Amino acid sequence: MSNRLKKVFDTPNKKAFIAFLTAGDPTADCTVECILEMERAGADLVEIGIPFSDPTAEGVVIQDANIRALKNGMTTDGAFEIVRRVREKSQIPLAFMTYANPVFHYGYDRFFAKCRELGVDAIIVPDMPFEEKREMEEPANAHDVAVISMIAPTSESRIREIASEAKGFLYVVSSMGVTGVRSEIRTDLGAIVESIRKVTDIPCAVGFGISTPEQAKAMAEVSDGAIVGSAIVKIIAKYGEKAAPEVYRYVKSMKDAVAQV
Amino acid sequence: MSKGRYGIYGGQYISETLMNELIHLEECYENYKNDPEFQRELDTLNREYAGRPSLLYYAEKMTKDLGGAKIYLKREDLNHTGSHKINNVLGQALLAKRMGKTRIIAETGAGQHGVATATAAALLGMECEIYMGKEDTVRQALNVYRMELLGAKVHPVTTGTQTLKDAVNECMREWTNRVDDTLYVLGSVMGPHPFPMIVRDFQSVISREAKAQILEKEGKLPAAVVACVGGGSNSMGAFYNFIEDKEVELIGCEAAGKGVDTAFTAATIATGSLGIFHGMKSYFCQDEYGQIAPVYSISAGLDYPGIGPEHAYLHDIGRAQYVPITDDEAVDAFEYLARTEGIICAIESAHAVAHVKKIAKNYRPDQSIIICLSGRGDKDVAAIARYRGVDIHE
Repeated sequence: MSNRLKKVFDTPNKKAFIAFLTAGDPTADCTVECILEMERAGADLVEIGIPFSDPTAEGVVIQDANIRALKNGMTTDGAFEIVRRVREKSQIPLAFMTYANPVFHYGYDRFFAKCRELGVDAIIVPDMPFEEKREMEEPANAHDVAVISMIAPTSESRIREIASEAKGFLYVVSSMGVTGVRSEIRTDLGAIVESIRKVTDIPCAVGFGISTPEQAKAMAEVSDGAIVGSAIVKIIAKYGEKAAPEVYRYVKSMKDAVAQV
Repeated sequence: MSKGRYGIYGGQYISETLMNELIHLEECYENYKNDPEFQRELDTLNREYAGRPSLLYYAEKMTKDLGGAKIYLKREDLNHTGSHKINNVLGQALLAKRMGKTRIIAETGAGQHGVATATAAALLGMECEIYMGKEDTVRQALNVYRMELLGAKVHPVTTGTQTLKDAVNECMREWTNRVDDTLYVLGSVMGPHPFPMIVRDFQSVISREAKAQILEKEGKLPAAVVACVGGGSNSMGAFYNFIEDKEVELIGCEAAGKGVDTAFTAATIATGSLGIFHGMKSYFCQDEYGQIAPVYSISAGLDYPGIGPEHAYLHDIGRAQYVPITDDEAVDAFEYLARTEGIICAIESAHAVAHVKKIAKNYRPDQSIIICLSGRGDKDVAAIARYRGVDIHE
């Protein structure tokens, strides 16, 4: 695991705030600017979505961001270029979030070699479950990129095997369904984190449906951090190329809420 | 290698939220597959409700006209609801019911699978919701109304290309939302394991019957079995019980649309490459960055950018061959079969007819070819009329 990734959760009792945005939505320049503002606002890790034509795990908000980014010409190489530009100014931990096919098609080894060269620390692939992850994890490990495992409200008996092999941190999916803002999160996340804790002390971050500082705080109380995507993408959709200051304001409010825990 | 593999193809590339449900589905299926009570119930439904066995019809006029092999049509178009889709749907709906589900959801392209699913839901007293690309709801308006008559709710899908692949995306998203009481009744031999296996097994009734029927009529196996391929369910059903009979050629007909050298095609084997999508590793139409390509065919049922993993495997090992058929060829064959045999088949099935028109003369009169006539063509009449420049009101 990279040193940057280790740092995300390394301070005892400090909760992490993880921010997501889609590469190239609406432009590469805007994405670079927003990532730097996220860091300045206190984000501990940024997830960069490599857009995919058919993002089956996403709700409407991130689906639309994928479409906008692809329409504006964003590609896997374009996402790497964004990372290169961010790394000229920042050492914030970075993860890619995308689907199996863009990575598979790029070539696993070529993809992860480039991740290491440019400084991407982890990857999250929602359509690569425990049963299938090996084909991606071996080349990723060889290049020191952590493949982040996910745990869902339905995982139950699977939690043990998934957690025991997890690297970096565990992405705990807060709710059933796809990504998107939810008014209420009903899953008993405390119980899920407790089952994970029986197997491993790897950090757990909760994502899906979180948009308000209150929700982020509640999630951080039962875990090691909160992940927010759709709420940020909504801001970017609304303000377009002028989104960076708004993203800063929002991430700051979320980070402050998480830090109160 | 994980479960549900055909060579390197297949697998379970799906979100963690659905994994336990897929494992549960596989367990239940393996259990009921060998349960005499379940099999008896399914068999009764197939015979008494769906109208099985379907006829194996000797197309004598077509045979004489083409000059060569004897042509037989496996008449899946005569099944209740008008296509082979009912074979799989009755099996899956019955399985859903045994699993304690009260609601089934499904994607549909041409509407055939949606109509079949809505029918099974009505029969078995289950809630039913169908996801259909908005463009397809326009192309196949009659089938939308048919599903609504059967008590299903039809959701027009407005994302992406608004066709079959987007309907699958939306159905997967909905299933992720609600697995407790809902089974996703997948319509083709695609998606994550165990779907390619389950759908193949339920569709294999086609070749089980056809094999017995041709042996009775001809006293020997056919020289070839020909079927259209989108995801590949009718073709896998028509091929399956002939796979071990190496002397039987297996030929799948893909939708070439306006031609495999144009951007307006859905011929996956001819133009696609290896990828991971919709839960499986297989061939897909995609660009240099692995973005799934928009595909095109006159036939909504073949308008899909991938192919089932077992087909990909049969292609790789050379056991089956896959040929592209253009819109023009399919429409010609659609009209030809209507005039020659008095059968209006689905535009999907017409792709298989078109290929046999080309190859029949290469065989001897003591050889036979079975075409899987996967569906009937009422749904396509208006679209074919438009294709020929005739404006009719449905």
